[in-house]
Amino acid sequence: MNRAIRLGLLVLLTAALFALSLMAGKQWIPLDAWFGHDPRWAIIAELRIPRAVLGVLLGAALGLSGAVLQGYLRNPLADPTVIGVSSCAALGAVASIVLGFGAGWLGQFGWAMAGAGGAMALLAMLTARAETPVVFVLAGTVLASLAGALTAFLISIAPNPYAIAEAIDWLMGALTDRGPDDVLMAAPFIGAGVLMMLFTGPALDALALGEDAARSLGANLGRLRWQVVIGTGLAVGAGVAVTGVVGFVGLVVPHLLRPVFGAKPSALLVPSALGGAALTLAADSLCRLAPGAGEVRLGVAMALIGAPFFLALLFREGAKQWR
Amino acid sequence: MALTLDRVTIDLRGRRVLADASASFAAGRITVILGPNGAGKTSLLRAAAGLIAPSAGKIAIDGRAIAAMRRDDRARTIGYLPQSGDVAWNMPARDVVALGRLPHRTSMADDIAAVLSAMAATDTEQFAERRVGELSGGERARVLLARVLAGEPQWLLADEPLASLDPAHQLDLLDRLRGQAARGVGVVVVLHDLVQAARVADEIVMLRDGRVFASGPPEEVLTQQHLRDAFGVDVLLFADAQGRMLPVPAGRLESA
Repeated sequence: MNRAIRLGLLVLLTAALFALSLMAGKQWIPLDAWFGHDPRWAIIAELRIPRAVLGVLLGAALGLSGAVLQGYLRNPLADPTVIGVSSCAALGAVASIVLGFGAGWLGQFGWAMAGAGGAMALLAMLTARAETPVVFVLAGTVLASLAGALTAFLISIAPNPYAIAEAIDWLMGALTDRGPDDVLMAAPFIGAGVLMMLFTGPALDALALGEDAARSLGANLGRLRWQVVIGTGLAVGAGVAVTGVVGFVGLVVPHLLRPVFGAKPSALLVPSALGGAALTLAADSLCRLAPGAGEVRLGVAMALIGAPFFLALLFREGAKQWR
Repeated sequence: MALTLDRVTIDLRGRRVLADASASFAAGRITVILGPNGAGKTSLLRAAAGLIAPSAGKIAIDGRAIAAMRRDDRARTIGYLPQSGDVAWNMPARDVVALGRLPHRTSMADDIAAVLSAMAATDTEQFAERRVGELSGGERARVLLARVLAGEPQWLLADEPLASLDPAHQLDLLDRLRGQAARGVGVVVVLHDLVQAARVADEIVMLRDGRVFASGPPEEVLTQQHLRDAFGVDVLLFADAQGRMLPVPAGRLESA
């Protein structure tokens, strides 16, 4: 089975999960309601389509960022949380909730993006002189810890319990009740970030041989670093800004796809974007299908689906994928 | 054709690692760079490959400064085999070799032909589908050499390619470098082993404390006095069947 067929199957899977995401919910809406004049169409058009589109965007952003960061850092443990962009975006959003400035969705989005942008600028500055990924990881990890601490600090000085509840609720991450406005705000940023990341393939491949060999092969590591910082920053920052912090996708998706598409970094980029979208759609559908009045959190569902897959993969493949 | 370093000085993180070094590497010949640890061998090689910029001096191929070459152009001209044999991802050997084609903007057919020919030249076809993590040290060294050869460079710069190879594989790898030189490729290789250096070198550049200490044909450079001064060791010289004098370290000098 060649690559095109595998990729085609992944596209079909993603499309099927997109359709499932439109049907699944507290109110199950079967396929035949999509045609004709079914009153339930309003649910699909106004709630579920934006939610599913946002799921695709977020999943693609996280999956692709994971693949790019693992390739760039040459480390299978890397994921978007490593570079601190999610934490800083979360810090921005929590600041706007707790301190009450920039009220409303647009304000919160703006503050989250400002947090992500600040993280990107700091990362770029800290790593500008050293072309080695180690500085990148260290700077990102420290940034994530700092943002985490500041977020906790802000929550602890919150003026009232409602602000605390709202901040914590937001931090858990969900696609619940997101509308077309959220999609329109996030899409341009995620689109630009994804596009930038899709062009990193050849340089990431060369980097598999080490930095010297990569540069001797003509790779421009300075430009690559910018592509990684800005690409993941825009895509993950905008994703976090509208959905809250959703983990796991970026770490797991490239690992799930390596046995299918091979370990070469460039061969994993497009599949990881699709796989991230598929996993997010599946997890979000599961959220809504769970019994009870409320919804399970997206992050929880993500771990419930992804972790068993991942463990099964570990059992089957051993360390073969990673040497 | 010649790759020349003209009075090159290199500073790394404020420390001078190479001072006023001049050397010339000829196409079709094997030049061995020798010297004790910390003498500046790797820095010289990396500078010659265009990977670090000298703080003074000029590095050029037939008068054309490599600093002025386009990135891809330089990558197609100079192949660099780093000392570390690490491959970050457990890819099939064929994919690793194909990375050598990255700087080329040629047709798929040309790429495939170059990869196959590089794998033939290194006897690596039989494990094309195996992942690098499953190869032995000797097999992996050949795959990584094939990676450089797939780029069809005019210059092949290798940093201690014999490290971690057993004697049979060392001889095998040196034969393959010799084969490349016979095809007109200029081979520059950093070695630690004096015997292998004497065996394979057409020219030797010997470094000490960041300076070129001696250079020329092996019989002129690998003298007992030079080796005593540069490495602080006494050597015994044995003649091999071809009449080459092979220096074997016999003891450390008291003063060293």
